This record gives sequence, C-alpha cells and structure tokens, in this order.
Amino acid sequence: MLFATLQAAEVAAETHPLSGTFADLIWLVPILPLLGFVINGLIALTSVSTIGPRDPHAHHESHGSGQHGAGGEPHDDHGHAPARHRYAWLVSIVGPAVLWLSFAFAAGIFGALVGAHPEEPFVKRLFAWMITGDLAVDAALQVDQLSMTMTLVVTGVGALIHTFSVGYMRDDPGYPRYFAYLNLFVFFMLVLVLGANLPVVFVGWEGVGLCSYLLIGFWFEDKVNADAGKKAFVMNRIGDFGFLIAMLLLFANIGTLDFTGMRAGASQLVEGGALVTAICLFLFLGCTGKSAQIPLYTWLPDAMAGPTPVSALIHAATMVTAGVFLIARTSFLFALAPAASLTVAVIGGVTALFAATIGLKQWDIKKVLAYSTVSQLGYMFVGVGVGAYAAGLFHLVTHAFFKALLFLGSGSVIFAMHRAYHATHRHDDAQDMRNMGGLRQFMPYTFIVMWVATLAIAGIFPLSGFFSKDEILTSVFARRHESTLAEASWLGIPGSAVLTIVYALGLIAALLTAIYMTRMMLYTFHGPNRTGEAERPHLREAPWVMTAPLIVLAVLSAFGGWLNLPAVLPLGPVQLLHHWLEPVVGEPALHITHGAEAHLSHAAEYALIGVALAVAIGGIAIAWVRLKPEALVPKARAAESEGVERVLENKYYVDEIYDAAVVKPTVGISRNVLWKGLDAGIIDGLFVNGSAYLARAFGWLGARLQTGQVGTYAWVLFLGVLFVLGAVAVR
Amino acid sequence: MIAEALALSAALFVIGAIGVLTRRNAIIIFMCVELMLNAVNLSFIAFSKLYGFGGQAIVFFVMTVAAAEAAVGLAIIIAIFRHAQTVNLQNINILKG
Repeated sequence: MLFATLQAAEVAAETHPLSGTFADLIWLVPILPLLGFVINGLIALTSVSTIGPRDPHAHHESHGSGQHGAGGEPHDDHGHAPARHRYAWLVSIVGPAVLWLSFAFAAGIFGALVGAHPEEPFVKRLFAWMITGDLAVDAALQVDQLSMTMTLVVTGVGALIHTFSVGYMRDDPGYPRYFAYLNLFVFFMLVLVLGANLPVVFVGWEGVGLCSYLLIGFWFEDKVNADAGKKAFVMNRIGDFGFLIAMLLLFANIGTLDFTGMRAGASQLVEGGALVTAICLFLFLGCTGKSAQIPLYTWLPDAMAGPTPVSALIHAATMVTAGVFLIARTSFLFALAPAASLTVAVIGGVTALFAATIGLKQWDIKKVLAYSTVSQLGYMFVGVGVGAYAAGLFHLVTHAFFKALLFLGSGSVIFAMHRAYHATHRHDDAQDMRNMGGLRQFMPYTFIVMWVATLAIAGIFPLSGFFSKDEILTSVFARRHESTLAEASWLGIPGSAVLTIVYALGLIAALLTAIYMTRMMLYTFHGPNRTGEAERPHLREAPWVMTAPLIVLAVLSAFGGWLNLPAVLPLGPVQLLHHWLEPVVGEPALHITHGAEAHLSHAAEYALIGVALAVAIGGIAIAWVRLKPEALVPKARAAESEGVERVLENKYYVDEIYDAAVVKPTVGISRNVLWKGLDAGIIDGLFVNGSAYLARAFGWLGARLQTGQVGTYAWVLFLGVLFVLGAVAVR
Repeated sequence: MIAEALALSAALFVIGAIGVLTRRNAIIIFMCVELMLNAVNLSFIAFSKLYGFGGQAIVFFVMTVAAAEAAVGLAIIIAIFRHAQTVNLQNINILKG
C-alpha cells in the first residue's frame, strides 16, 4: 500500500505542470547558502591564529544585556587597528552573493509557479532518506504557494541583511565565522520552509535552532552572551519535544509524514477528537518554543546578545516565524481541532498584550524591539489560530519587512553610538536609549526609515502593518459567529466569548504597540542629545552599504500592504496573497467558517478599520504628549524606577520566577538526587563499588576456609563424601 | 564368602579413613591412605569372583599407581621434613589463605 502511494506520488510529480520547468532547480535555492557556508567556514578556519583583540561591538553589546555598569572591563583594545581578516574581501563577496543568487533562483521559480498556479504542490524528490518498516521518508522539497512565499521572504530579507552585515560586522575579527553561520542559517531555514514532509522540516527546525545558538553566542568571550545562547537552545528543546511527539502521533495514526499524504489522511481523524487536538497542541508546543510565545518566550529578549543583524534576520524576520509557518502548513489538522485553534489564538493574544506591556518600559533599544517581536508574533498566532491563515502569513511577511528594518535601523544607531564612544575611548552602554536622544540631526536616513517602520508597525494607514494587523483583527471579529471556533468551547468558555476577548487583547496590544514604538523613537531620535559633549561630533550616519538595505526595506514596509488589500478599500487589486495561498490554506480556512468566506457588512468593516486606526493614532498621540525626552537623563545618572514601572522594567520578574520554580528545582534535583543520589550513590556506590565489596567479602570468607591444615581439608573432604553418599542413598 | 570379604574390606577402609582424619604424623597418614587403597583392592578382588577378571586387572592398576604415589609422596614428606624439621602436619600450614 505504501509503495503504491509512493508510486502514485511519483506519477503525480511527473505529470505535474511544474515538472520540467525552472522549479526542478529548487534544490539550488538551499544549496547555494550551504556552499557559502562551506567557503566562509573554510576561510574562518584559517583565521584561528589571527584572532586579535576582542570585538569592539561585543564590548558594548554585553553591557546592554544585563550587566548594567559602565566601564570597568579588563580589556582595553582602544588604539589597536581592527584585526581584519586577510580574506575578508572574499567573505564580503561570497556571503551576500549566495543569498542574492538564491533569491534570484527563488524569484524565477516563483515566476514559474505564478504562470502555472497549480492546485497541487510540486514535490521534488532528491533521494530516499530513510526507509524502515512502514516509514518511508524522502529528502524532498515542496514547491507550492506557501513555501515559495516564505522562500522569497527568507532569501530576500536575508540578502538585504547579509548586505547590511558587510558594513556592520566589518571590523569584527570573527567576520568569516559570522558569515559562515549566517549562510548556514539560511540553508536550514530554506530546508524548513521547503521541506515536503515533517522530518525534513524538523531537520531545518533543529538546524536553525543550532545556528541561532551559535549566533546568539557569537561573542562567546562574554559569559552573558554564551549563557543567552544556551538559554535559547534549552528552551527550544522543550518545544521540540512537542514537535517530535506530534510527529510520532501523526505517523502512528495516519501512517505517513508527507504533507500531501497527511492532508489526504487527515480525513481519517475524528473532527474535534482528542487525538487531533493532542497532535495540534503538541505541534503548538513546538511553535511556542521556536516562536517565543508564552510560556517559552523568555529566550528571545536574551537572544539580543547576538549581533544586531542576527536579531533582525533570525530573531525577527525569519526563524521565529517558523511556528506560524508550521501551523499554516498543518492547517488541515488545526482546522479539525477547534479547541487547539482557540488555544493558539488565546496564547497569541495574551502574549501580544503581555509582551507589549513589557516593551513599554525597556531602556535597551534592542530589548524594546525584542518584546515588540514577541508581541507581533502573538498577533500572527491570533491570525492562524482563528483560521485566518492567509492573514497570519500576511502579517508574517509585512512584519519581516518592518521588523527587519527596525532592527537594522537600531543596528545602525548602535553602530554610530559605538563608533562615537570608541573615538573618545569611553565605556558606556551604546544600546541604552537614555544615552541617545536627538540622533535625528546626525542620522537623517536612519531617522526617516525608522519612522516609516514605526508607523507601519503601529498600524497607520496606508503602511503595510495597518493592512495586516487590521485583517487579523477583522478576521477574529468576523469569526465570533458562524464558525466552528465560535461553536466550540475552550476550558468551558464558549468560543464566541473567547474570540471577543482575543479581539480585545489584540486591540489593547495595538494601542500599546503604538505607544512603546513612539516612545522608542522619541527617546532615540528626538529631544536633546544625551550622548556626551565629547562624543557628539563623532555621531554620524552609517556607510551606504548599511543604509541602502534600510531604504529598500522602508519601501517594502510602506507598500507591503498592497500584497493583500482588503476588499472594502478601493486601492488596487484586492486580497492578492489571500487568493495566492488558497490552494494551500484555503480549504482548512473555509472549513472553519462553514464553507463560506467570513463576511462582515461593509459598515462593520469600516467601523473596525476606524477603531484600529483610532487606536494606533491614539497610542502615538498619548506617547507624544505624555513622554518628554527633554526630561531624560543619561543612564549613568538615572534613578531607580519604582512601583509598576519597576515591575515592567524587570519584565514581571518572569525570569526570576522561572528560575525559582523551574531552573532551581531542576538543578537541585539534578545535583542532589540524580547526581549525588542516583549516580554517585546508587550507580557508583551500590553497583560499581558494591560489587567490588561483595567480591571482597566472599574472598575473605573463602580465605578463612584455607587454614593450611591438611587435616581440616581431609575432614571437609570426608564430610563432603558422606554428604554426597547420603544424598544418593536417600534418593 | 563374598560378604565376609566385603566386611573385611569395609573394616580396613574405615580404619584407614579414621587414621587419615585423626593422626597428625605424615608418615602414619600416608600408611593409612595405603590401607584404604588396599581395602578397595580387596573389594575389587572379591567382586571379581562374581563379575569376572576385570576387577583383578584394575587392582594391578591401583597397585601401580599406589607405588608411584608412594614414591612421590615419600619424596614430598622428606622435603617437608628437611624444610620444617618435623612431619607433624599441625605444624605445617604454609598454604594458609
């Protein structure tokens, strides 16, 4: 039966409209970054002996991530020429070039896909990977509307960020190693989005986790950074456990792990049954780890210890959205499990609001953006949770644009700040907004593009974030009636009430988003400059290799909304992305809304748009009126905050709570029970040493029998013979 | 007839065994061992009356082995005496564990 389906799949692949076209070269798209990894990795290996003084950026970034205290570092690398690698020029070419090439191929395949627009996905089998028993897994790549959308985002945004990195990381002694990791990351990310079955996706899933770990701890000389990497790795493992369980459950019950096969086999599952709900919840556990949702979100803000372009690429634009992608990919399962879908939506909504409140009071510019990312990811999960898969993915795409822009912009700011401190030999926190202020005059391009991104994320018409966020909120609102979700219940609460709450959460989160983003802009670019008299002349705009990607991203952030315009606004072709993704997620989405597109009256839609816009403008206005950048003092002279502010500044003490509730008990049990009790006590003590003691005790007894007296031996022999004879006689 | 022969054999054997177990002089123990061997020989001879000559043939083997054993055993006893200036086995326990 299995082979029959395999053959059927092969036949289908041969007759697929895309076979024989450009799409056959899909394997080149991930292989090119892998090639870049190999080249840059080899170059990095040659630099082992040339690692010179510590990286200048690392110095200040480490301050930003926890160790609040200026100066006092034992290393003093000022006055040294940057230790640039001999083949840095080659890395500068290879690193971004493989991404641009990959992007070009992806665009070509995308073109072929647009031309054919097939209903069925095109699966390119590369080789049989593992065949054991009933399980047959191919290393296969899947070309369909969803995977190519993601591929374009990953390679496109990735190429821009690689280009930016050429400027940002130029003076780092680990320059080739950086690009090697970054290329490897893109390879795994492409494997993740292109995989045609869950095991291949899982390889990518684990691979991006590895690269994330390597890049968070890129400046591993500082223990804080290495610890942050470790934290990300461990928390992701918790989620991956869920992914694995879900995969095993799927295989046990459907018998295949190919997406096409699972899609067909999903009909065997009982709708709303315990099994499909469990599978979806375990999958979602994986997503909470990778995509930093409650309860596994705490690694993402710490991940800001990595270089800023890494934060932009991995921890904002691509890797962290893998969870949203996975839910869209397995939407045919989630559509069958309303309870699980509601869980996704509720967790997404709560995370969106929770992270937004923390973002309100962070001083580190990257931390603000990190919590903003967690919050926006929550939005995406609300979208895919309520079955508006296209809306969730739309927000994923626009978020990739504006959040990458925000991170790269903050990188540009940090770059300038650091350079100013470097020039005056001062040690201070280059990421703390209290040390910035008034950067508008020094960095005009960064200033403008950052405002574009801020307005986009806040949801101001007609920038991209407005459309994507509005579509998610509208979808939640529309599904309160006439959908499987509204009819289901979640922990005893009727689904329609849950959706109303989620909508409210989303709306409040939108308000807070507008506030904290405006706050960030005000404190960074407006008001008087607080960097210092001596540093001020050294503040200036970053080089063109860095600002050019910013401008491209700014254009995308501004006009990304045209990818998926709502039907009520007559601005151009409506719902392009929605229709584009229909072959992949259309059917599950319709299943949730009972086969009809969720419709609201035009008046209601206009009202919702009005509310969303009012909230966004209101948030910006509140921040603009209430916050006074003039009143700020530099970090070194800042007073401790109190009350609620203090709780927010300390992120609700969640890290401390996790530490007390999970980490300490785990470490305690590991140390006292598992290590000292089980390992040292029972295994080493009882089994290893115990068997030796036992042998020695028997030896002692045996030695006592060896008296050396022949008479004794004779007696023993005699008695033994009597015993044997007696035994024989009795028998 | 055979019963008497076997009774004598058993009596000799038990005397030999008691000697081996109770005496301390190596020579006497050695002689007692010989006594036991010959008690067995006696029973072999007695049985050969019933079952043919196999028993007698074995007796010759036993005597040959006993002779060889006597040679080796006496040599060991002499060596022990030279070493320890005694053949009292209670004083010799160099194989104590």
